[in-house]
Amino acid sequence: MKELGAERIAEAVRALCVPANRTLPPDVENAVRAAHEAEPWPLAKATLGTLCRNLDAARETGLPICQDTGMACVFIELGQEVHITGGALEDAVNEGIRRGYTEGYLRKSVVADPIRRGNTGDNTPAVITVRVVPGEQLRITLAPKGFGSENMSRLAMLKPSDGEEGVRAFVLDTVRRAGPNPCPPVVVGVGIGGTFDRVALLAKRALLRPLGSCHPDPYYAKMEQELLCEINMLGIGPQGFGGQTTALGVQIETFPTHIAGLPVAVNISCHVTRHAEVVL
Amino acid sequence: MEYRLQTPLTKTDAAKLRAGDTVLLSGTVYTARDAAHKRLCALADAGEALPVDVRGAVIYYAGPTPARPGEVIGSVGPTTSGRMDAYAPALLRMDLAGMIGKGARSEAVVAAMRESGAVYFAAIGGAGALIASCVERAELICWPELGSEAVRRLTVRELPLIVAIDSTGADLYKTGPAAYRKAAQG
Repeated sequence: MKELGAERIAEAVRALCVPANRTLPPDVENAVRAAHEAEPWPLAKATLGTLCRNLDAARETGLPICQDTGMACVFIELGQEVHITGGALEDAVNEGIRRGYTEGYLRKSVVADPIRRGNTGDNTPAVITVRVVPGEQLRITLAPKGFGSENMSRLAMLKPSDGEEGVRAFVLDTVRRAGPNPCPPVVVGVGIGGTFDRVALLAKRALLRPLGSCHPDPYYAKMEQELLCEINMLGIGPQGFGGQTTALGVQIETFPTHIAGLPVAVNISCHVTRHAEVVL
Repeated sequence: MEYRLQTPLTKTDAAKLRAGDTVLLSGTVYTARDAAHKRLCALADAGEALPVDVRGAVIYYAGPTPARPGEVIGSVGPTTSGRMDAYAPALLRMDLAGMIGKGARSEAVVAAMRESGAVYFAAIGGAGALIASCVERAELICWPELGSEAVRRLTVRELPLIVAIDSTGADLYKTGPAAYRKAAQG
């Protein structure tokens, strides 16, 4: 049994906030720069060049890459041998977000009530997902999620008879409908299977996978590659001005499902697909 | 075409711009997004004076990150414009000259733009750190309780924009991808 103080967790979360919003993971930054190199359409290439210069500017000035510093999605893998002392885990995470977003001059984008609104003033609460795993480590991943792209995400409970074609059509249609709104080039997280709630989580978790990594099952790896090609043939292009680069990657996560169902969820993320993690 | 323009935007300025043109805009723009638009339109509906004179003005759909000590502003890229579609026609009827944002607009907005001769510009979404360097001054105008969503008057120098929808209704979000697809298939 390992003891871990709540204050240490809060501090670890605080320390993730600014770096997560200032620097892209290397795989995402490399994908943006590679797309800039490869893009043949002039306005699209110029637009991708602006995005590359923005990444440089964020690094040089210390400003966030994007002003939408997101709703804080926090994924926790809690080793079952860890005993948290001195407070509740969720309180500690929210305290870390509160400090990180306030001290780090990040935008407070959370309203206390979805209909009656009212900014909470400190970007809390975070959306916390905990998975208990073997071991005595606590892994915290902070993925600030902007809502320009979150708003263009969709979920469908397809029929088993819709099959692979139905899933592909839904993914493609979601990206087509999103058009310029989610700040393309996008990363497309796809969940297939599970239940209504689980499929959305699969899609979100898919966005955490390193860009360019394939699904371990060759059947889904092929679908990822083919969907990426089909999406990029839509011609939406960077910012929706037209061009080759509409998506940087398609990542699929799957789970067994019910005999009666074929849930599919598409979680779209913009070119600022951020995440940072720490292991305690 | 490339243009350097100064606010306030005149009808002549707006009329010559075509979808796909690039513009370096200098002068004054007002930030307003969801919550501020709701309040502006509620005031207009009630027949009250607006805190901002929208005639000839340019509204920037943006909610910046807070300025760090000694700095003018934080990251300040555009937000998705479609959420303001419910409010934009009322402001266009009051002679709002330009809007800056990102993403598609509704037919009702485009119709109101054609009617009044207004222009919709796109700033590059997700380039907030770069755009911050174009902002020379930022003043809070009203509704500080809205935080990032408060209305601010920004003085900008050579803010890089693309004409997304011009005053004739031509729409780069339609013509751009169509032209690319035609070239790619050709």
